Amino acid sequence: MAKKLMKGNEAIGEAAIQAGAMHYFAYPITPQTEVAEYLARRMPEVGGVFLQAESELGASNMLFGAAASGKRAFTTSSSPGISLMSEAISYITCAELPCVLVNVCRAGPGLGGILPSQGDYFQATKGGGHGDYRLLVLAPSTVQEAVEHIMQAFDLADKYRNPVMIFADGLIGQMMEPVDFSTIKKGKPADHSSWAATGAKGREPHIIKTLYLQAEENEKHNIHLANKYKKMDIEKKSEIYGGLGKPELILAAFGTSARVCKTAIDQLNEEGIDIALFRPITLYPFDDVTISELANKKHVKQILTIEMNSGQMIEDIRLFTKSIKPIHFFGRQGGIVPSPEEVIAEIRKIIRN
Amino acid sequence: MAVNKIFERPVAMRENITHYCPGCTHGVIHRLVAEVLDEEGLREKTCGVAPVGCSVLMYNYMNCDFLEAAHGRASAFATGLKRISPEMIVFSYQGDGDLASIGTNEILHAANRGEKITVIFVNNAIYGMTGGQMAPTTLPNQVTTTCPFGRDTETAGWPIRIRELLSSLRTPAYIARGSAHSPQWIIRTKKYIRKAFKYQEENRCFSLVEVLSNCPTNWGMTPNESTEWIADNMIPYFPLGELKTPEEVDVPTQTMIGKDN
Amino acid sequence: MQREVKFAGFGGQGILSAGKFYGEAGMEEGKEVAWVPSYGPEMRGGTAYCTVVIADHPIGSPIVNNPQDLVAMNRPSLEKFEPTIRAGGFILINSSLIPDRVKRKDVIEILVPCNEEAMKLGNNKAANMIILGAYAQCSGMLKLESIIDIVKTEFQRKPQFIDSNIACIMRGAEIAKREMENKN
Ligand SMILES: Cc1ncc(C[n+]2csc(CCOP(=O)(O)OP(=O)(O)O)c2C)c(N)n1
Repeated sequence: MAKKLMKGNEAIGEAAIQAGAMHYFAYPITPQTEVAEYLARRMPEVGGVFLQAESELGASNMLFGAAASGKRAFTTSSSPGISLMSEAISYITCAELPCVLVNVCRAGPGLGGILPSQGDYFQATKGGGHGDYRLLVLAPSTVQEAVEHIMQAFDLADKYRNPVMIFADGLIGQMMEPVDFSTIKKGKPADHSSWAATGAKGREPHIIKTLYLQAEENEKHNIHLANKYKKMDIEKKSEIYGGLGKPELILAAFGTSARVCKTAIDQLNEEGIDIALFRPITLYPFDDVTISELANKKHVKQILTIEMNSGQMIEDIRLFTKSIKPIHFFGRQGGIVPSPEEVIAEIRKIIRN
Repeated sequence: MAVNKIFERPVAMRENITHYCPGCTHGVIHRLVAEVLDEEGLREKTCGVAPVGCSVLMYNYMNCDFLEAAHGRASAFATGLKRISPEMIVFSYQGDGDLASIGTNEILHAANRGEKITVIFVNNAIYGMTGGQMAPTTLPNQVTTTCPFGRDTETAGWPIRIRELLSSLRTPAYIARGSAHSPQWIIRTKKYIRKAFKYQEENRCFSLVEVLSNCPTNWGMTPNESTEWIADNMIPYFPLGELKTPEEVDVPTQTMIGKDN
Repeated sequence: MQREVKFAGFGGQGILSAGKFYGEAGMEEGKEVAWVPSYGPEMRGGTAYCTVVIADHPIGSPIVNNPQDLVAMNRPSLEKFEPTIRAGGFILINSSLIPDRVKRKDVIEILVPCNEEAMKLGNNKAANMIILGAYAQCSGMLKLESIIDIVKTEFQRKPQFIDSNIACIMRGAEIAKREMENKN
């Protein structure tokens, strides 16, 4: 297939099918609904199942049930829906079932608005549901990257037997960009026969559960999970963009806000102002090494994080750089995407001081 | 010359232009509620609970206290407020996605506990606000964006009849179904709504009035076609009228307990 | 090199698909493309718009507050977006529905009677194709043939509409060409 101009939401649906996920459970919510609308047409064509659940609570627990089969399944939603899914996410993670969730993030809290936001960074990377659990979180910044992330997400979910979240936003879901499925390396679904619920023919029953009443037993399971999360560390990924060799200012941004930063950097680099972008591609695990190396460079004087929230990733930047350099923040909220002009103005203000 | 005023804006409605699409009956149903609040003198002790759906902005049009609930949770919000302030009149106003899909749990248990609240349930057989997806009340073979080949009862089941479902509960309640598709039925529906609020005022029972409504935009029809569609397609499946009143006494509680033991 | 255009009108005028065709043509020519719709509360007011960015390098911010060009299919769109256009840009006006003219002196106004012309060509639903042809001619970013190729693929399943849509695109381009010549 050649390049196709596709809406992010539709491309996400198609990517999941191409990754071999034939079962999809979801509930309508703007700005994500086109995934469901696309798959309502597409799943019957490929012999898959699209089920409109009665709620996100339903959809996410259907995902638990489906993932217990060892086959590839996924769901998509947007912020208020992800809140409702947080219960199931905790259970799925505890039961170590591979599956994929997409958050096409909109502005909160509460009902908020339907426009793009990155306000669920904490929810995605630090929890939302109860207990000690972690998700692998990928943050695409283009439609093509969203497609690649979906495909990688199923492989990562299989590899770690852990849910993977794609943290997109309303802009990536709603915009159209060229996508090319043919260039993407497709993984193969893993063999899950050692644990999946497939019927105990000729073997001991497989029990998929999250109850560990004995403290010692529960602790053992938690340690096992924690070790797994440590192993995930090798999956961390980031991009460094722009700069003229010795950047004095590092911008830190992911997803849509990183694109805005790239435009700002292009313009300022052209003017001879040396700044560069650090863009985490995985939000969990976070690329602590790269950002800390950058922060420790002599020529780097300051860091500026740009987010579409009131400052969430900045806490990780502070943590991983040990605040060795001054860290500033600029964000827009409520569904507003910061403009390159605003970012440039902020940068000028900072480097002047 | 004395002028006789024969039509005016209810005090319980604000002077705002609604955001509803041309021909939508949400506005009509808002007005019925407002007229009843006026006529029964309830406005100043009433609190409404808005759903998430097209009528989420109902508080901009109604002139009484209002809460905006999370999607599907309006009857739980209403329960909480009514229990802590039983002297108030509390009503929720909910669409079919809100009440019959994501909020089925809340409505079923509010009805079953016999919460002394009033629920106005607007059934337009589709999700309006999110752009026309299938609702639990979508008719068999009806086309929506998430059932592009028509609702398949094999995989999506049959449309839920909320009036009938809730009427099957043992707890006393007032439950009726009206419609906003014709002047006659609008007048009749107002009577149901009045009764529903009266039962609450008398602290008698849970009350729910389902109102068949249209969605010209997402049904892809003119307003006139859409009201005809209600008459021709919805009413045969969702029959109109009262189905349950608290006066109906069936098996006395005592003997029920006796039997179970 | 990057050029952005805002296609704006009311729902049902085919504004979003005109933008999509333009974007697809850009993609077929190997350019980078971003098509960004309006999906916020403003849609309720009846205006619909999309911004199409065409570039020969990866596109940074797809949200452009001050696009180069504007295609206005109805009056509210012209009123709302005229002040946002960058100096030197084109403002195409659907003069069938918009009696007003551009107030600014630093942009190039092109009048296209889209509805009338589409009607004349026997396809009164294709006013959007008239303006698309006109815009493609003005911007000069893409070849007219690429847009025509897109029309052919987009209408594959409804081949009866191909010829009249192509005719509308050609007509729009012709009008724009004449308008530009008159200005020189
Ligand atoms: C938790 C959550 N899930 C989904 C949504 C998106 N959503 C908003 S309104 C709505 C359905 C509205 O349909 P209905 O209740 O039938 O009312 P109508 O708009 O037709 O009046 C949905 C799914 C949401 N706001 N919150």
